[in-house]
Amino acid sequence: MVERILVQGNEAVGWGALSAGCDAFFGYPITPQNEIPEWFSREFPKRGKIFVQSQSEIASIMMVYGGAAAGFRVMTSTSSPGWALMQEGMSHLAAAELPCIIVLVQRGGPGQGSIRHAQMDYLCTTRGGAGGYKNIIVAPASVQETHDLVQLAFYLADKYRNPVIVLSDGILGLIRESLEIKTMDFGPLPEKDWAVRGRERHKDKNFRFVHSGVGTAAVLTRGYPNYVSWLEHMADKYEQMESELKYESYQAEDAELFLVAYGYPARVCKEAVNMARTEGLKVGLFRPITLWPFPYQLIKGKAESGGKFLVVEDSLGLMVEDVRMAVQGQAEVHFLGMQSRHLPTDGGMILPSRVLEEIRRLSTDEER
Amino acid sequence: MKTEKVWAALNVLVFSPPCPGCQYWTIGRIIAEVLEELDIEDKAIAVMGIGCNGYVSNPLNIDRVLGAHGRPPDTATAIKRLSPDNIVFTVQGDGDCMAIGAGSFIGALIRGEKFTIIMCNNANFGTTGGQLAPTTLTGQITTTTPDGRSVITEGYPVHTAELAATFRGVAYSARGAVNNPASYQRTKKYLKAAFQKQVDQIGLSFVEVLSACPTNWHLSPVESLKWIEDTVIPEFPLGEFKNVNRID
Repeated sequence: MVERILVQGNEAVGWGALSAGCDAFFGYPITPQNEIPEWFSREFPKRGKIFVQSQSEIASIMMVYGGAAAGFRVMTSTSSPGWALMQEGMSHLAAAELPCIIVLVQRGGPGQGSIRHAQMDYLCTTRGGAGGYKNIIVAPASVQETHDLVQLAFYLADKYRNPVIVLSDGILGLIRESLEIKTMDFGPLPEKDWAVRGRERHKDKNFRFVHSGVGTAAVLTRGYPNYVSWLEHMADKYEQMESELKYESYQAEDAELFLVAYGYPARVCKEAVNMARTEGLKVGLFRPITLWPFPYQLIKGKAESGGKFLVVEDSLGLMVEDVRMAVQGQAEVHFLGMQSRHLPTDGGMILPSRVLEEIRRLSTDEER
Repeated sequence: MKTEKVWAALNVLVFSPPCPGCQYWTIGRIIAEVLEELDIEDKAIAVMGIGCNGYVSNPLNIDRVLGAHGRPPDTATAIKRLSPDNIVFTVQGDGDCMAIGAGSFIGALIRGEKFTIIMCNNANFGTTGGQLAPTTLTGQITTTTPDGRSVITEGYPVHTAELAATFRGVAYSARGAVNNPASYQRTKKYLKAAFQKQVDQIGLSFVEVLSACPTNWHLSPVESLKWIEDTVIPEFPLGEFKNVNRID
């Protein structure tokens, strides 16, 4: 019998990281992700692993930079305002090609925002920050998947020498569900011969230089003759990263209306699809598990065969832009966002009944 | 002392040479000598700041990390915590350490991290063309204080070595210079003591080194040395401000 524990999504981050062989966690308190650093402070030191509470998110991300540069599996977590502070460090991590993971538990914004759930950081995670870098983003929709995707994120980070974001939200972080802790094997990874560990630890006894510069001298030390040749290498890498696309299709085979949602609203949408199916409405769900790469081709295919789309997102409309881009004007794209929460406060949620209402409206439109 | 093992002058040329009369290269040379004399160069990892301080660490034939401006103490924290056997040190400018990086610097001092911070103080932002730094002297003309630093609007020069000495987690804090051979030898002694504190795992060690910036000071290299002697050292006295072998 499989052993299960009852934990929060935020704690599942810790259990996933432990299973992934994470060596260190660096973080700064911010709601609604405080259970993550608290978990690491409790569980890591007694296992001989490192936990440091930094003096800011700016510091957390540059501690991650150091740990990754030294060849260790390292991570941080934060919420939306902290994510804003990490932008500089993210750009340096991408430039220096350092593997690490960042767990972002989204809260309402902008600014200081609310301390409750939201999905308002889609564009500022999927589009990269200063310097036009790219990174894979995985978006769990349950406690178990949080644990599993944290492990996948560590693997993908090492595979591509690139930061990977795990995008959660205040609801996923705080709900309690049963979790099966398991170590997942994704296959072998290359040795981190590039890491700084002191000359004596390198086989060739030559020094290593990890840096985020892209000037002539800087790229020369990495074996590229000039800036553009290094950029070509990065472009190739980003193209390879696109092969890591992951999504879930639910009741999509015969569907005429496709819901598109990630994170907690995907759970809401699944429920709404079940309700709509009992009414005979042909509705399905696409749940992107990677937000970058995004399933453009899948959505484009359904648009070409006459499907229409309803994006359900707890924001004012961010992922909906990707869906519009995917359909290329060939299908209707509707949006159900934060304005449709059951309460007008920051604690309101988009509920299945509201999504069902929208499904009915769009299905009636079709009949008319 | 020959330092072929640690000192790779060619690196300086590859990474473009410093301005005539710049002493950052000199500070790098002292670090190379100290690492070799303590026989720790094979374990050493330098974390570089952003700015002319690259001239200090680029010639060092050791493992190096370069990241964000002002954040070397954060980056070094992670490396030292994860790999305590390594000898980890930051090389930062005065702007890197005490302007943009003040929070990172203070954070490391508060936690009492067990690595070494080397701050090169040339009293201005050298790389960007000689703007005001927290260490700029009162009345000193820079490209952003065209009438000289005013204590009314820019405040007083910050005394970093004295500040570091006030933190319980700091085992060693000193300020040296390289304006003459005697200063050179004294600074070497400070740096050796600082690295020894790390070898002995006592606490954080900090060394500030005053350094000439003839290009941005608009002085000849020789005039710059005289300015250090007559004006900079009276503001920033040389010496050890803390030296303890135990932190309770």
